[in-house]
Amino acid sequence: MNMLENKELRAVYADNLVKYGKKNKNIVVLEADLMNCHGTKKFLDAYPNRFINCGIAEANMIGVAAGLASCGKIPFAASFSPFATRRCYDQIAVSVGYTKMNVKIVGSDPGIMALNNGGTHMSLEDIALMCQVPEMVVVEPIDALSFDKLFPQIIACDKPMYIRMQRKTTPPVFEDNAKINLFKANVIKKGKDITIVAASIMVHRAVAAASVMKDFGIDAEIVAVHTYKPLDTETIFKSVRKTGACVSCENHHLVGGMGQMIATALLENDIRVPFGMVGVTDRYGEVGSEGYLAEIMGLTAQDIYDKVEEIHGKK
Amino acid sequence: MDINRISELNQQADLIRKMSIESIANFGSGHIGGTSSIIETLTSLYFECANVDPSNPSWADRDRIVLSKGHAAVGLYATLAAKGYFDKSELLTLNQNGTNMPSHCDMRKVTGVDFTAGSLGQGISAAVGMAIAAKMDRKKYRVFTIVGDGESQEGQVWEAVMLAGSRKLNNLTVFVDNNGMQIDGMTNDICKVAPFEDKYKAFGFKVITVDGHDIEAIVDAINTAAGVRRPTAIILNTIKGKGIKCCEGTPASHSVAFTDEMFAAENTGEVLSK
Repeated sequence: MNMLENKELRAVYADNLVKYGKKNKNIVVLEADLMNCHGTKKFLDAYPNRFINCGIAEANMIGVAAGLASCGKIPFAASFSPFATRRCYDQIAVSVGYTKMNVKIVGSDPGIMALNNGGTHMSLEDIALMCQVPEMVVVEPIDALSFDKLFPQIIACDKPMYIRMQRKTTPPVFEDNAKINLFKANVIKKGKDITIVAASIMVHRAVAAASVMKDFGIDAEIVAVHTYKPLDTETIFKSVRKTGACVSCENHHLVGGMGQMIATALLENDIRVPFGMVGVTDRYGEVGSEGYLAEIMGLTAQDIYDKVEEIHGKK
Repeated sequence: MDINRISELNQQADLIRKMSIESIANFGSGHIGGTSSIIETLTSLYFECANVDPSNPSWADRDRIVLSKGHAAVGLYATLAAKGYFDKSELLTLNQNGTNMPSHCDMRKVTGVDFTAGSLGQGISAAVGMAIAAKMDRKKYRVFTIVGDGESQEGQVWEAVMLAGSRKLNNLTVFVDNNGMQIDGMTNDICKVAPFEDKYKAFGFKVITVDGHDIEAIVDAINTAAGVRRPTAIILNTIKGKGIKCCEGTPASHSVAFTDEMFAAENTGEVLSK
């Protein structure tokens, strides 16, 4: 049972900003002309004094957020994920990262979820970029329920943070009673033959792929990751040591993504197991539906199945 | 303004300029040109106009001063030391390995620095954020930021100016250090950003142009800005490398390598040792 299965993630975002903003007067919301895409008009209506629409000027928005944070505010500054990250990366690195400002940068429609906005709007490198900023926490809620549970933890964490946010509904992954800790990954399916570490829109695909595999004799364990940095290697290592094989799945370029972070961590810790990655190879995106884009960019449940079968075969 | 007070402030500025030269000469090189052009502004702010307390540098109600042209950090550090934020001998560690006095102003390392800058165009955005924070909290503090004319080639400066004008941030004062020069030559030859007056007026600012080395005029402008209902831009007509014998008024003053002989020729004396 997942009570929020029909709720859009942007509604979780806006509702929680309003909810926690009532008590915490330091919460401030910034937009760069995408208020209507993020649903944050709710916050504007509730607390007009704490809402700043910066216009279409993301670099300035990040700097303004940093200045607000230096005065004790907790700014949430949002745009589509490429414009919240790569467009204003130096502002993030210097005015937020280097200064250690408590700014929450929100990038929506990540990876292929830019859909019909196409290649110009598709951030397939944002996780890599943001993980490169020292001490930046990088988190991507997997479904509406877990985002709702993460929200108070996000507010309580005083580090600079990048929240990679799907905007619309996404298939539910967690049960209502799931324990969601900002800094812990969740084992959402137990298994003994191979570990699938999945994030973003790849989690529900991994669940679908694993249920088919079981019929073909592969019992996969699924580790769902919402926080890329710091990565919960403890949970991943424990699973991989048990299963003896690992496949990562992400809605991001393979270069600099979660899979490479996991591979490096496994190698450094002398966990030598067959390993493979599902993600986007060296290419730009294009317009299309989620199904079409997943198909052409190698992010389908079938892609996961094929990779798992290949890696499992090397055990 | 009282003539004795003007004289005191001019002497203070002279001392801060000497401290800056010695700090840079002690390391062997540094950004003396753009530092020297804003010494009178820093002096006017910290010693006359701004509501700051060196014994309580994180005081929530203090006026904020953001040096957006962060490469002039030495001038800011010297001013802070002169004001008593830390011992002036710290300036002798400028840019040394492991120093707390890096070449670009750093809020995490230097007591009294309100925001880190160095990547140009960013400080003014932070200053706008601080001015908005003051409005949200109904606080009376003012926010001052010093932007270079060359720095104003960064598009982000105008994004910040646009938002400040749009929100009528009358608690924000932007100083433009209009020394006409940048690393590669004359600003008008490289990529003309002047006239500043028309640009700031178009964005809804009150504009006051002053001789940036005339402390009385700067103080008057800062006081005038306090009484207007929109943000103010104070255009400082300055001389890059002002008062530096080896390079005054030349683009080469941007960053100067000092030999012992050059330092001796500046005739500033040694003012930083305890």
